[in-house]
Order: sequence, then structure tokens, then C-alpha cells
Amino acid sequence: MSDKPDLNLDVDFGNFNVPEHHAFDAGYGITEDTVRYICDVKNDPEWIRDFRLRALKTFQEKPLPTHWATEDLNNIEFEKIRYYLANSQEPKRTWEEVPDDVKRTFERLGIPEKERKFLAGVEAQFDSEAAYSNVKEELAKEGVIFVGSTEGLQKHPEVFRKWFGKVIPTGDNKFSALNSAVFSGGSFIYIPPGVKVKHPLQAYFRINAENFGQFERTLIIADEGAEVMYMEGCTAPRFGTVTLHSAVVELVACKGAKIQYITVQNWSPNVFNLVTKRALALEEAEVKWIDCNIGSRLTMKYPGVVLKGRKARGEVISIALANNGQHQDTGAKMVHAADETTSNIISKSISIGNGRASYRGLVHIPRHLKGCKNNTECDALLISPESRTDTYPAIVVRGQGNSVQHEASVSKVSAEQIFYMQQRGLSEAQAMSLSVNGFVNDLVSQFPLEYSIELKRLIDLEMEGSVG
Amino acid sequence: MDSLLIKNLRASVAGQEILRGLSLQVPKGEVHAIMGPNGSGKSTLSKVVCGHPDYEVHSGEIFLDGEPILELEPDQRARLGLFLAFQYPCEIAGVSNANFLRAALQARLPKGEEIDAVAYYKRLYEKMDMLEMDRKFTARSVNDGFSGGEKKRNEILQLAMLDPKYAILDETDSGLDIDALRIVADGVNRLRGPNIGILLITHYQRLLNYIVPDVVHVMVKGRIVRSGGKELALDLEEKGYDWILKECAEEISA
Repeated sequence: MSDKPDLNLDVDFGNFNVPEHHAFDAGYGITEDTVRYICDVKNDPEWIRDFRLRALKTFQEKPLPTHWATEDLNNIEFEKIRYYLANSQEPKRTWEEVPDDVKRTFERLGIPEKERKFLAGVEAQFDSEAAYSNVKEELAKEGVIFVGSTEGLQKHPEVFRKWFGKVIPTGDNKFSALNSAVFSGGSFIYIPPGVKVKHPLQAYFRINAENFGQFERTLIIADEGAEVMYMEGCTAPRFGTVTLHSAVVELVACKGAKIQYITVQNWSPNVFNLVTKRALALEEAEVKWIDCNIGSRLTMKYPGVVLKGRKARGEVISIALANNGQHQDTGAKMVHAADETTSNIISKSISIGNGRASYRGLVHIPRHLKGCKNNTECDALLISPESRTDTYPAIVVRGQGNSVQHEASVSKVSAEQIFYMQQRGLSEAQAMSLSVNGFVNDLVSQFPLEYSIELKRLIDLEMEGSVG
Repeated sequence: MDSLLIKNLRASVAGQEILRGLSLQVPKGEVHAIMGPNGSGKSTLSKVVCGHPDYEVHSGEIFLDGEPILELEPDQRARLGLFLAFQYPCEIAGVSNANFLRAALQARLPKGEEIDAVAYYKRLYEKMDMLEMDRKFTARSVNDGFSGGEKKRNEILQLAMLDPKYAILDETDSGLDIDALRIVADGVNRLRGPNIGILLITHYQRLLNYIVPDVVHVMVKGRIVRSGGKELALDLEEKGYDWILKECAEEISA
């Protein structure tokens, strides 16, 4: 409440769009022709063409996972979605070159301003392709690569091909297969050995068009001893029809490397957000996912870490806020595959109105490993009597000498608490917002300052909208 | 005359009528005490005046300096200058005392105006010193893990910081040991003055030895049945409530 409104967020933040005029449009629905069109436009090499076409088959063969996931997935009409919309395949290196309407969009979202203030590099994606991509010169000199996925696979095939699709195989799930068939945009990042990037790299994914699916593909490789912090933000306008966002994000942390991946998403309530995120952590590497899910109609996202090297460490910190009509189905996966690996999962969810928050967690420690540790905490906060929360933890730990801790709690914001705060002069919305901010405070205090302020303000806005 | 004025108030909770035509006037600059046996509706009165949503008002009026407040939300009443020190203060996990008070003060400023952080902390520390509170207290979550005495002291700190026109102290003495009671009472006495009207709700006379009231009211079954000077409290202490119940038997059952 005391935060200064310097981030230019308002109630309608993100809910606007500019008229469409796409030079490249793959049309509605998804067939082999759609995939071929994308390949042609992007001038994909042969191996990517094959990769996409095989992925399409997998997508078509795999059923929706409604045997465990929500039936709401059945409401996605894949034939009514447009899979590729772009004006150009070449991102601009300066904001001056970016077309006016697109530039204005990102200005309204505050991206160029943030870049000036605290970012080491920015990629701004508008529908299917990045409109802007730039990394500070001193980083480029050190050999840091920060480009879009297309440029990555075309210009840096030796690194790209080695890891692409290796952390998350095409057939991991129906939506990773869909992404593999039609992916476009997203980031390719390579940090050379020993390079520690001090300031964060940021990507911003903006959906502008209606009946559209955004399928960015991100691959981040931190070579031995390298360190990087990557942040992504996402928004879309509110349409009456379904928007689909289905990204695949693969991280590779080589020996002793550190990757921190931060997401603050603020989707409009017509977005199906079905994202696969996973990291591979080699010896003594550290991967930390910080995942804040606000908005969307349905989010399904379970960032994971495969702890492949001795003493690797994985962490997922997630905050989900399910408002009226929304379902946040989020969680984490920790697959221990080496001795002395440790993982930590802290998940906090807030359900408002008839919103529903589900936590799904998977922790796997096989019999032959020694000295592995996992700690899982999941806490849920219910704001209204009709709010809902579920927890589905799956913890498989075998063998001696491994330890696991699991704690879960559900709490409610009581009417007495709200009255108490109102009696001190806070409006009902301010009171709820303060309760919610208090609930997530210990997690938010670990975020970089700019993002903790942004998250607090997003929570304030959600609470304002939820009180009649 | 500026006052907190309650006229013929009838109110119920969960279908049961608790306030049965209560009238009371607390002029600005005075300290009034309400005493009464358990179940007479003392705490209900404080909740109804502050607008707790569980209580239903059937008839009557409440004026704050002439302005009717029954139609207002609890926070609007608070911002007009009404404060309640709760008998059982709530805990708010993850929200520090300093941030909570700051948010409460910020809510009183016009849009776009920001609290001066330096001046705020200076004032906060002054009031904390008055109540003999440790500086570490600012970073602790509101009432979270506080002892009964710490919670009550925190209520008085909030009272001191929010500077209301009228303050109701609901059983502030309950759960306090004698040292804490002295500190809390000293704090209230220092806040006394021409710009505030205070209503003390208490079951025991003990508190009134420390905070000497100008007027004492006796509440029985949802009404004020006697009002008098501070000696009335001493009478009650000596004789208990029975004599008053007998004396007003007719009035009470009416």
C-alpha cells in the first residue's frame, strides 16, 4: 500500500490491443500445412522441419490429460486458433526501429523504461515473433548470447542442437508436443563458462491478436560456473474467445552454474496457459524457479528440476492467485538422479471468490541414491467461503539415508481480521490485499525489488476487483 | 457540542436482541466508563458503533460530531475519527506493525499524497517509548505471537498513532498484569484531553483507579440504567451489581 505507483500499473493494465495487420498468418487450425507454412516463413533447417512434423504427429496422437487434469481442457477448440501471426522474422535492435503501434504497446507495459533502469538485456515478443531484442554491449563482448529461438538455431546450431528438446522431450505431454510443432519466439541464451551476468535478462511475451496461440520456446544454457537471472512477464488483452499460451522452457545448468528464472504473469481471464518448464542441473549446479501465476482461465504449470549431478540443488518457489472463474493448477517436480542432491519446494496459493488453486508436486528419489534431501511446503489461503484449494503431492522416496519433509497448511482470511483492519481505516479491498500480501511476504522478500513491488501491486489490483 | 451520540439503539446478533433502546452521549474532552454484569451487551455496543457486519441494527441513531454514521462502512467510520481498542485483537501474519500502521495512516490521506517516512518513524518511536515498547516490535507481524499484554499495548499504540476523535476501549484491562495495566493506563491518560472523547468498557472497577472517568454508566440487559460520577464505580465495586439489578428490575424487564 505504501509502494509508490512508479510501475505504471492500473486496473486496465494489459487489457488493450492495437489493430491487427499481420504480413504472415498461418490461418486457423493446425495441419501439416500449417507447420510447413511456419517452416517456410522462418526458413527452418531440415532437421527442425522434421522435428516439427514428428511433433505434430505426437500432438495429434496424444489425448488430453483429462484423466487427471480438469475437463475444462476440452473447451480448447484447436481448429479455432491461429498458430502463427507475425510481421517480420527479424527483431529490431533499437526501439526506434520497432513499428509505432508495437513500440507503444511495450511502452505502455513499461518495458523500455525497465530496460534503461535495471536490465542487462531485453527481448519483447509480440504475438509469434520478437519485435525487439537487445543485449548490453559489454555482455555480448563476454560471449553472452541472448537472441530469439529462430536466430539461436540458425546462428548457433552447435550449442542449440546439443540441448534443444533434451530436457523436455517432445512427447512429454500433449502441449509440449504442440509447442514443438509450431514454436516461434522465446529466448535462446548461452552464458559462457565463468561469466556471471550481474543484471537480469528480461523477456516480455505480449499477445495482441484474438483467437491466437502463442508458443514461445526458450532454451537457456549456463556453462560451467556461469550465473544468470532471467525474468519473464506476460500479458494479453481480454477477449471473449479463447487465447492459448503454451510455452516450453528448457534450462541447462552445467557444473557449478546458477540459473534463476523468474516469472510474473498477469494473463487475462480468457487465456489457457499450459506451459512446460524444466531444468537440468549438473554437478553442484543450482536452479531456482520463482513462479508467480496471476490471472488466466486455467494455468497448468509445474516447473521442475532434474538433479543429474552430485550436490546439485533445485528450488521452486511459487505463488498462485486464483480469482473468480480461474483455476491455477500449479506445482513443482523434483527428480533426484544423483547423490547428495537437494531440492526445496515452497508453494503458496490464494483462492478468491469461486477461484480454485491446486497444488501438484512430484518428488522422486530412487533407491540407489544417498544423502538426498527434499523439503516441500505448501500453504493455501482461502478468501471466500466458496473458494477452493486441493493438494496432490506425489512423493516417492526409496533407499536409506535420504530425507523428505512435507508440510501443508490451509488458512482463511477471517471476517474478524477484515473488520479489525477496516476499523483501522483500511477499505475492505485494502484489508484483503494486506492479508494476502502478508501471506506471501516471506517469499516475495526473496524477489528482486522491482518484481516484489510489481507483484504487490498486482495483488492489490486483483483484490480491488474482487470486492464488490 | 461535539460528541459521540447514541440514541435509542436497538441491535441484534444471530437473531437475538442485545441492545434494547440504548442511549448514551460521550462529549469530546470527557472520559466515560460503562460497567455492567457479564452479558449486558457492553462488547456488542462497541461492535455496533464501529459497524461490525455480524450485528443488525433495527432502530436508533448514532452521530459522530453531528454526522449520522449508521449507514457508513466500518472503515469510513474509522476514518471519520472512531477507534476501537479490541478486547481480542486480531493477528495478521506477515504484515509488520510498522507497515500496518503506515497503511492505516496512508488510508487517511487524500489520493496521491504520501506519508513522510522520516516523520512517521519519529512519531512511531515516540509513542512506543511512551508505552515502553522495544524497537524490534516494529518489524514483528501484527499481534502474531504476542502475549495478551503485548496485544493490549499494541492497541493503545495504534490509538496513539491514529489520533481519533472518539475511542472505545473494550475490556482493555483484561489479561493485563499490574505493571502492564499501569503502562497502558499511563498511555491513555496522556492521550486524554479536549480533543478526544473516550469510552471505557470494563467489568471491573480496577481500571478506573488508574484512568479516572468523568462519568460512569451502568449497563444492564442492553440499556444504560444508571449514570453518575466516578463514585458510582466504587459503589459497584463495594456492593456488586445485585442492588442495581433489584433497583431497576422494572426498567430492565420492560
